[in-house]
Amino acid sequence: MTKTVALTATEPEAVNGPALVFDNLSMTFPDGTHALDDVSFSVDRGEFVTVVGPSGCGKSTLLRIASGLETHTGGTCDVDRDSIGYVFQDATLFPWRTVRKNVELLAELHGVPISSVTDRIDESLDLVNLTEHQDKYPKQLSGGMRMRTSLARSLVLQPEVFLFDEPFGALDEISRERLNDELLSLFKAKNFAGLFITHSIAEAVFLSTRILVMSARPGRIVADYQVPFSYPRSHEIRYEPEFADLSGKISHDLRGAHP
Amino acid sequence: MTTVDVVEATPSSEPNAAGPRDTKLAATANSTARRAKFLKIGGPLAVFSLFIGFWYFAHHVLMSDSKKPLVPVPHDVLDQAFLTWNIERGTQGSRTGGGLFKLLESLWSSVQVAGLGLFIAIALGLLLATAMSQAKWVQNALWPFLIALQAMPILAFVPLIGTVIGFNFKARVIVCVIIAMFPIVANTLFGLLSVDKGYHELMTLHGAGRFTRLVKLQYPAAMPSIFTGLQISAGLSVVGAVVGDFFFRQGEAGLGRMINLYQASTEYEQMYGAVIMSAVLGIAVFVMFGWLGRRIVGHWHETRSN
Repeated sequence: MTKTVALTATEPEAVNGPALVFDNLSMTFPDGTHALDDVSFSVDRGEFVTVVGPSGCGKSTLLRIASGLETHTGGTCDVDRDSIGYVFQDATLFPWRTVRKNVELLAELHGVPISSVTDRIDESLDLVNLTEHQDKYPKQLSGGMRMRTSLARSLVLQPEVFLFDEPFGALDEISRERLNDELLSLFKAKNFAGLFITHSIAEAVFLSTRILVMSARPGRIVADYQVPFSYPRSHEIRYEPEFADLSGKISHDLRGAHP
Repeated sequence: MTTVDVVEATPSSEPNAAGPRDTKLAATANSTARRAKFLKIGGPLAVFSLFIGFWYFAHHVLMSDSKKPLVPVPHDVLDQAFLTWNIERGTQGSRTGGGLFKLLESLWSSVQVAGLGLFIAIALGLLLATAMSQAKWVQNALWPFLIALQAMPILAFVPLIGTVIGFNFKARVIVCVIIAMFPIVANTLFGLLSVDKGYHELMTLHGAGRFTRLVKLQYPAAMPSIFTGLQISAGLSVVGAVVGDFFFRQGEAGLGRMINLYQASTEYEQMYGAVIMSAVLGIAVFVMFGWLGRRIVGHWHETRSN
């Protein structure tokens, strides 16, 4: 249960095999809803894959299957469940805990003594720029700061696979862009395998190494794009022709994906 | 603090510091704050004065001469029930005795009944709510009976309880528990069950069992509603202790018993004193639990911070 604690940042070296593999995955809920059909793709460490698709197409179900919150009805899903970070749409912070205590939560749940992970907690808080706010309660924080606390909370366990379920959907444009920047620097520092869900095409193109477009229910992968920009990315890339070109293609696919 | 106020209010004495304009602004801000403070205390005080005024009016105008003793004036009540220390039974024409000492004695008896009753109601209530939160069938099995306990006119059962158990301390406490328990169960259960699904999923993802879930998530999340329940139950425990008293003739006399006795012996000043004392007890308990709730959850809960 208690994992050996490596306090140095994980080196961006190739690990054997992809961190997350979906193969011919399908999902039918007990009420007969056919959510996913024949979904196959994998995410390596150092890859940031974003899934875009119409509402209710089963994007979130994909993350819920990967994390083990739902069990798929067909195909396979291969991932190390002990090494998953899951960032929800809501920050799901405990309002009676301070920022720091919230960040300590997952270590507590995994039975890791807090005294042994103090450094990692400090580092996580620092990575999301919350060190000076660590003693505040969630009600004193802005939406962006709450989301950053939620990110720091997941970082403490040093997951290999990070699942993001529209984490910035409720934020204003400025906060969202700031968090996109911070997320990318986390991604470069930790070199995890990222699987991101969003409604925003611009966010998808800005963040990802690869973008998958999903059709309306039952969700299928209908398009697959490699993003041609290298990291670190500045906001200027939003105004480059390739950015507009790729956004246009995805937008077109999405329109075709709607029933 | 006060000296600063004085300095700011007299601009001429402080030529070098803030300019006269700033000082004037500070003085205005000060007087606004003072006005808000005055209204906060002054409002309730005005209503209280009106109430006392109406009391005198009732005595002097509304009551016919033969009925005036039924509504003694406030200063007589104050004088005989609160400012007189002890009137021994049988002296000064008193058939029951009276004065502050007797009042405090009966108050203490009621406090013991209400306190113990409330304590048992809390312990039992939390236990029941926890059990009900763990399985739907437990909830289904117990809920109708809790509703019944709440809905039936419990005072009608007091003579029955007294007959079976005896008209003593134990029975008084039991009445108290029955009256006070429901709000604790209902509010705790509501609090435990209304934790958002997202939080539960977070716990599930990280392998938390029932116990961890209860201790780390559900109890803290339920704290605000538990305190709402506590506050209501605390008030009810006083009601239970005082009203239940009317039926109990053994052991130390509580406030309810004294009200009963004074009524029988037509010592109305003393009776009003006992009524006021029971009101004060109820209010004190309510305020105390409100304060406790704010102390414990006020720093994180939105609506309890003020």
